[in-house]
Amino acid sequence: MMNELAGGALIGIAAALLWLGIGRIGGISGVIANIFLINQGHRNWSLYFFAGLLASYPLYVLLAGTPEMQITANKAILVAAGLLVGMGTYIGNGCTSGHGVCGNGRLSLRSMVATCTFMAFGVLAVFIMNLLNL
Amino acid sequence: MNNPAKIRGFLDVFGDWQPALMAVMVAAITIFALAYALSNKMKQPWFHSIFHRPSLTVIDKRLVIGSALFGIGWGMVGLCPGPALLNVMTGQWDVVLFVAALLIGNRIAHYTVGPAK
Repeated sequence: MMNELAGGALIGIAAALLWLGIGRIGGISGVIANIFLINQGHRNWSLYFFAGLLASYPLYVLLAGTPEMQITANKAILVAAGLLVGMGTYIGNGCTSGHGVCGNGRLSLRSMVATCTFMAFGVLAVFIMNLLNL
Repeated sequence: MNNPAKIRGFLDVFGDWQPALMAVMVAAITIFALAYALSNKMKQPWFHSIFHRPSLTVIDKRLVIGSALFGIGWGMVGLCPGPALLNVMTGQWDVVLFVAALLIGNRIAHYTVGPAK
């Protein structure tokens, strides 16, 4: 439990620094969408944020060793799920970070609806995947 | 949180549910909520002229349908965008494939549905 709390605290601190520092919501799907925007002001902070996210991996490996990461899904499911996540977060304007952490922290009704929706459909998807032995 | 196997355990409410990841969200939301409350007493961020507060307030079909599609994809593999991008650094082809599909999905939605107004 302590690991989960510490990890969550780091995510919260990251989002807090971005908000208090430059007044931006730390949503990863927003960052991804911003990176595709050429010649627009908010592309730059998104690129730096993205670089920091990638840089955290070698830092973690150095301090704590290689983290566990098991993907069980097959290739067809990986592609289908990736497309759904990419389209869904664009259409719904956020994911577990923008809606889940920042939006709920702001007590935004939109983000609460979004969070309940993606949680419910995530639970449903896992239930069906397990039923089909995938 | 970067481990898809753990995320799927977290979402497996009707099976072998592992609720520990709830603590990640509770800690993160609490800290951000405190920072947000602090920002309400500030005129501007530390290094910028304005707070870019999200402008959308309406709960519409777009929000619910988008979030539902995201939820399905999230449950199928156990990866949401943040951990997916981070896991590219592991060099595993499965993650690269997932992220490539994610980026293509983002562009498909951009050119078909377009940005929210």
